[in-house]
Amino acid sequence: MNFLSLFVLVPVLTITGILFTRDLKGARLVSAVGMGIQLLLAVFLVLYYLSIRGAGNLHEMVLTADYSWYPSLNIHYFVGVDGIAVAMIALTAIVIFAGVFASWQMEFLSREFFISLILLATGVFGFFISLDLFTMFLFYELAVIPMYLLIGIWGSGPKEASAMKLTLMLMGGSALLLVGILGIYFNSAPNGGAYTFNILQIAKIHMPIAAQRFFFPLTFVGFGVLAALFPLHTWSPSGHASAPTAVSMLHAGVLMKLGAYGCFRVAIYLMPQAATQLAWIFIILTSISVVYGALGAIMQKDLKFINAYSSVSHVGLILFALLMLNKISMDGAILQMISHGLVTALFFALIGMIYGRTHTRDIREMGGLMKVMPFLAVTYMIAGFASLGLPGFSGFVAEMTIFVGAFQHSDLFHRVASVIVVSSIVITAVYILRVVGKILLGPIKNEAHLHLKDATWSEKLSTITLVIAVVGIGILPLWLSDTILNSLHPIMERLTAYLH
Amino acid sequence: MTDFSYTILIPLIPLLVFLVTGLLGMKWKPIVSGVIGTIGLGISFFLSLFAAYQYFFLTASASGYHTIIPINMLWLSFTSTLQIHMGVLLDPIAIMMLVVVTTVSFMVHIYSLGYMKGEKGFQRFYAFLSLFTFAMLGVVLATNIFQIYIFWELVGVSSFLLIGFYYDKPSAVAAAKKAFIVTRFADLGFLIGILLLSYYTGTFDFVKLNQPGTNLFVGLAGVSFLGISGITWTMSLIFMGAAGKSAMFPLHIWLPDAMEGPTPVSALIHAATMVVAGVFLVARLFPIYHFQAPDVLLFIGYVGGFTSLFAAIIAITQNDIKRVLAYSTLSQIGYMMVALGVSGYGGKAGLGFTAAMFHLFTHAMFKGLLFLGAGAIIHSVHSNMMKDMGGLRKYMPITHFTFLAACLAISGIPPFAGFFSKDEILVAAFNSNKLLFYVEYITAGITSFYIFRIYFNIFWGKETKYEHKPHEAPWNMAIPLIIMALGATFGGFIPFHDFVTSNMKPFAEGMDIMVSLPSVAIGLVGIAVAWILYKKENEMPARIAKRMGVLYTTTFNKFYVDEVYLFVTKKIIFNRIAKPIAWFDRNVVDAFMIGIGTVTMKISYKIKNLQSGELQQYAFVFVAGSVLLALLLLYSLGYH
Repeated sequence: MNFLSLFVLVPVLTITGILFTRDLKGARLVSAVGMGIQLLLAVFLVLYYLSIRGAGNLHEMVLTADYSWYPSLNIHYFVGVDGIAVAMIALTAIVIFAGVFASWQMEFLSREFFISLILLATGVFGFFISLDLFTMFLFYELAVIPMYLLIGIWGSGPKEASAMKLTLMLMGGSALLLVGILGIYFNSAPNGGAYTFNILQIAKIHMPIAAQRFFFPLTFVGFGVLAALFPLHTWSPSGHASAPTAVSMLHAGVLMKLGAYGCFRVAIYLMPQAATQLAWIFIILTSISVVYGALGAIMQKDLKFINAYSSVSHVGLILFALLMLNKISMDGAILQMISHGLVTALFFALIGMIYGRTHTRDIREMGGLMKVMPFLAVTYMIAGFASLGLPGFSGFVAEMTIFVGAFQHSDLFHRVASVIVVSSIVITAVYILRVVGKILLGPIKNEAHLHLKDATWSEKLSTITLVIAVVGIGILPLWLSDTILNSLHPIMERLTAYLH
Repeated sequence: MTDFSYTILIPLIPLLVFLVTGLLGMKWKPIVSGVIGTIGLGISFFLSLFAAYQYFFLTASASGYHTIIPINMLWLSFTSTLQIHMGVLLDPIAIMMLVVVTTVSFMVHIYSLGYMKGEKGFQRFYAFLSLFTFAMLGVVLATNIFQIYIFWELVGVSSFLLIGFYYDKPSAVAAAKKAFIVTRFADLGFLIGILLLSYYTGTFDFVKLNQPGTNLFVGLAGVSFLGISGITWTMSLIFMGAAGKSAMFPLHIWLPDAMEGPTPVSALIHAATMVVAGVFLVARLFPIYHFQAPDVLLFIGYVGGFTSLFAAIIAITQNDIKRVLAYSTLSQIGYMMVALGVSGYGGKAGLGFTAAMFHLFTHAMFKGLLFLGAGAIIHSVHSNMMKDMGGLRKYMPITHFTFLAACLAISGIPPFAGFFSKDEILVAAFNSNKLLFYVEYITAGITSFYIFRIYFNIFWGKETKYEHKPHEAPWNMAIPLIIMALGATFGGFIPFHDFVTSNMKPFAEGMDIMVSLPSVAIGLVGIAVAWILYKKENEMPARIAKRMGVLYTTTFNKFYVDEVYLFVTKKIIFNRIAKPIAWFDRNVVDAFMIGIGTVTMKISYKIKNLQSGELQQYAFVFVAGSVLLALLLLYSLGYH
């Protein structure tokens, strides 16, 4: 049994376990135990990975295992990880763990809720360990489908419409993606031989440029929809606003990273020549994402809308950094995936906890919450500072790495785009401090809020887990950054062949 | 070689205190946090003094002082050369700043035991003070420009937290936000400057960058944008960061509002230490400015000159004593920038550099003292406004005399500290730029006038009836006042040119009587005018204000700079950009996506009748289609 497969097996066992429970208490306990084990596995994976790399293992992917499951189309269950995938798995494990504790009081259809939530996580874990395009795509779809149910059933506000919009747009992306993946498949053997979905094999061949130019945009946009690429981001605000807390956490925290990771691992890695030629189009779109998302957040009134737009901006920054196509910026992109995953999950968790008390997300109806719920308020401020890129938190490390990378291009086009993107740090400060000032500080606006209680133990556990990860990376970023940099060698080798 | 690795403790102790009091403080009695903070800072203070002694007296050699880097740890690595380190760099300006920061911070810690007594959030206050001190020391000791940027941002956030200390007061929250966002905007320039600098030079390290005659800048000087060379852009952008923190025009608007914070905070952050970080940054990069971008350096001088005059004029009309002091701070930092702007490199040509650092030092003493004194007064009469004060010399003798010492120091009256440092600045300006010299000369007169205007109004002037009899400051506030007063009185006798110079080699320096005599004279004139107008309550000030008309109201309203900013942010950025984008996103982009969905649905409604299940219809369509196909086939085969 391959070690990586445990990351799919444990959630499946957890789901099975939940089937045998009868109520919320049982379901949440099983989920917590399952995802606790998953978190330990992830920690072990990180340590194991660091130790074998330290011992001089230079394989591109480690812990690989390969089983053919549909021979006639040459489809394999092929898994393996490099430093980047390890980091993404760790991120997912942290977020789902925190997400379970943030859903501690999910009274309505609780078993079904936890089953869907963990099914979603299963898809995500499977996606990150896969090295076979088809299997990867399967897991990807597995992650997207439960989302519809989770929002449509456990959501709030116009939940059916939001769930529908979100699912249809993501499915639209999937359609493009499927064409893209099949295109890659049918071009995977330009010199004869069997077609393959194996990423590592495809990465060795030179795909015809005509095919690359056609399938690169399809794949990039297909994944880009999930990463809220402008102008295909509009599912995000309404989707997040309607989604229940843990789903927002996972969605913004992890699922959006699936999109960015796919752009990286599939679109750019497998079609590097087209990436170098067509990057400029997407640089323009992502620069717009970054600034437009941030500006869009300034005047919003709903906490979740603010965060959704903020995610458009921050995830746009990830795609932007990937498209800079150099080692430093890609390192920054991966760091930003992790950082934004943690920070935004923290934000959505806190918004859920505040909403659960005040029953409003309208920032005009809150004020002075620092007085009544100091723990939640201080944690919210920490999330805010991390989000606006303050040193000491992961966001700073990620953003600075991206900016340093972006500035490695000295031509005017890249310079202008980079300066535009860098300027978002000011806009981010504006909308974050606006919210902090309105809801946490100042006098108490609503008398009824005076009697609200501060965080419960499960909420504290959920948020503290995330805060520790955010601060840990922020203070000691070297090991993570080096791990990522080392794993970027293969992709950089392929790219440098085509960069002037 | 003396081992300096213990200096890492100087910033680490406040960090530790911050963590301990921040995480555990609320479990203890408030005073415990205060005591821990004060003791911690006391240790840092003595370590700094010890480091200064060792550095200045034990490491000096015939070739002057040397840069010592006892600790430098890798923090983040981009390439084999482009790396961010965290470390400690000791050179004369770093050592001097260490002493300034820890001295003022220590005094403020002691003082706040009295001033903040009984305040809600006492332990939070001390935690934030420690955080600030840690961050500021990090700026001072940074070994590379990225480390400075990191701590620069931390300084910004601790300033935000302390300005907004009274967080249930909307004006304090607004002021904190404003300070953060304005300096963040400035830091955007700083960051872009750093990115450009590091791209072309391939390093962040000060030691490499500051090498006179280095060829690292060839690439940067070779490029140009909009007809201005890359090096000019870069160094101007870096100065933008400095101007933001040091509140130079037009980025000064946050500082007066920052007075919403508790007064000890104003003394520490917004007078003595954080706001001079910009001056320190320019001094830190001085060799680059001097050798690579002399035009930017001159520009810095002019910005400083304009700000010093502009702020001094506004200070005349303000009625809130903390705001007067805030504008005075702007003006005095302007002096320091002027000194750097007119300075050369090495020996006597570098007098301006020494003068800037000297003035930074003396200003920290006398301005810190003015704020602490103001705090004692506010503590006693429960108001910031001059109209609520008057005749206080009878009630608060210690505060009165220490305040007077600070007023004389800032007015440049010998033998008080400000005289020596300001005189050096004027001499340096006189030697190289006459315009800046005259601006600063006039400003000196205005300075002594506005400072004695508040002095007379507070301690003399009308005999105000007080509800509660004003009380002298308690001992824990009085002791810092006295110690700072000693600094403000005798600090000027320190021979700075032996210690802190542009090239780290001492030079001989004498007074220029042609400059110092007139400068003392104009200081005295300013005091005299204030004495006539404000010693006893009279009608004259009001009449003069009326006669000045628009000129007075414009000045009183700070030349409407705030209104311009408000217009740009609220009316343009918020209402003309952010709101339309939010609308556009909902009603155009999103509506388009929904539109696609709706159209798809409509079409599917239309075509769903095709699958009616009626056999006749299917048969008809089948036959018709077949016939059509057959005809097409025949047509295409040429049967026509």
